Amino acid sequence: MGKVLMKGNEALAEAAIRAGVDGFFAYPITPQNEVGEYLSLHLPEAGGVFVQAESELGAINMVFGAAAAGKRAMTSSSGPGISLKQEGISTLAGAEMPCVIVNMTRGGPGLGNIAPAQSDYFQATKGGGHGDYHCIVLAPSTIQELVDFMFEAFPLAEKWRLPVMILGDGALGQMMEPVDFRGRERLADSRKQPEWALTGAKGRKPHLVKSLFLHGDDLYHFNLRQQEKWEKIQAEEPKLELVAMEDADYAIAAFGSMGRIAGSVIDLARAEGIKLGLIRPLTLWPFPNKAIAELVGDGTLLQRILTVEMNLGQMVEDVRLAVNGKIPVDFFGSPGGRVPMPEEVLAELHKIIG
Amino acid sequence: MAIVAQKPESLLDVTTHYCPGCGHGVVHRLVAEVIDEFGIRETTIGVSPVGCSILAYNYLDIDFAEAIHGRAPAIATGIKRMHPDKIVFTYQGDGDLISIGGNEILHAANRGEKITVIFINNAIYGMTGGQMAPTTIPGQKTTTTPLGRSVEREGPPIRVVELLNTLQAPSFLARVSTHDAKNIMKAKKAIRKAFQMQIEGKGFSLVEVLSNCTTNWKLEPATANRWIAENMLEFFPLGTVRE
Repeated sequence: MGKVLMKGNEALAEAAIRAGVDGFFAYPITPQNEVGEYLSLHLPEAGGVFVQAESELGAINMVFGAAAAGKRAMTSSSGPGISLKQEGISTLAGAEMPCVIVNMTRGGPGLGNIAPAQSDYFQATKGGGHGDYHCIVLAPSTIQELVDFMFEAFPLAEKWRLPVMILGDGALGQMMEPVDFRGRERLADSRKQPEWALTGAKGRKPHLVKSLFLHGDDLYHFNLRQQEKWEKIQAEEPKLELVAMEDADYAIAAFGSMGRIAGSVIDLARAEGIKLGLIRPLTLWPFPNKAIAELVGDGTLLQRILTVEMNLGQMVEDVRLAVNGKIPVDFFGSPGGRVPMPEEVLAELHKIIG
Repeated sequence: MAIVAQKPESLLDVTTHYCPGCGHGVVHRLVAEVIDEFGIRETTIGVSPVGCSILAYNYLDIDFAEAIHGRAPAIATGIKRMHPDKIVFTYQGDGDLISIGGNEILHAANRGEKITVIFINNAIYGMTGGQMAPTTIPGQKTTTTPLGRSVEREGPPIRVVELLNTLQAPSFLARVSTHDAKNIMKAKKAIRKAFQMQIEGKGFSLVEVLSNCTTNWKLEPATANRWIAENMLEFFPLGTVRE
């Protein structure tokens, strides 16, 4: 199979099969229904398990069970469905269970609409559920990148024993693009059974998968160990893409679909002689603080950053923390499932740089 | 001298956190005896609930997952679908199973998940200190029905076995009690049958076990067991409804 034209949700589902997913558990919600529809047919053909869960709570807890069984488990949803899963996600993090969760974000709050949005950034990157925890959050901007991140997601989750979230949006899920699966056959049972997996206590002490720490300072020490883990993740895993930043006076910071639209803004601005570049975080947690800080260090050219998001200003807070007051960071947002045109973003840039 | 009774191999030799006289100890032992009798200690995976029996994993010498409140059947589904050759059971209380977890148990039963559910009905919330359960009987005083459960206000107790008996998929549904030795023997038989169903690949099996809560009923153990016979049996008839 060479490059194939696929819808984002279906490409993600195919990538999940090839990435070795053993169990997929989900409840239907627009705009990500094609993920489950595709897997309901093709995952069992590949030897995996598909269950349409009774609810989002059912789905995330089936993921918990399958992950605890030492298998590659995954769910997919959107906005309200991801909100419903939060207790389960917190518990997956609390029990250090690797898994993959996809959010094809729709407009919010509440039922909002089914159009593409980025308003779940806070929920995805700051925890979302109760307690101190983080998921690793990947933000693809093309269908190829969605597929590529799907291949990275399970190894990352297993390396760090944390849920990994792929934060897409309705546009990414619904549009079609050529995608390349070459050299990526399904990984069948290639993974070693994790040493903590529930497989029956045959010839060994029983294994226990839990998130309750009732005694003394047990939870305190567990949380401190998590903090150490986060520090390592923050040192090793941040990723970002920089476009035309070598000589840039100004930059747009954007992620996911908005990062892709921003690419067009760079071209428009450069045609006008404005030296504009793009800062596109690929990991939203860990956020690429260090790489962004280096862009505004002593002797750097960058004068101003415009953060553009399909929400009312969420990632901009992390950009400002990374920049730490060295240069101004402005914000332009398009909420409510409205995807801004490159010309609108350019007009906003003109207002800022005069 | 012949040994006629001893601690089951699957039951750990530790002091439990349960209140003196609590039925959980009895039911844990029955589950352990059944696991021993089938020789499945090394292939069985338990799922404990939120409630007093969350720490069941401290007493049974088998692999365990700890569920969040009400979701044990979903977690058991995830485990069983990944390991269809293993024996997977949940152990759940009344609030966990049919209040907050009503949807999970209904759909696990309806899918005919090949799991076994041990459902402890003690008509009250034990761990949180004695609030009304979905199985609290009419007139029963709890900390949230201080004047007694009103059928008009709170509805009548939910009969789980009868409710699940409206579904086609379950293979075994029974209600038993632990209020005296004779009934404990019958409870053992039902639990054994429920595990046997799973071992034979026959689908979802559930045993509802009426059990006391001496502390929150504010009765000493012998009186608490009599209270089951005198008050609970009227609302929760014993017997096997599906086999």
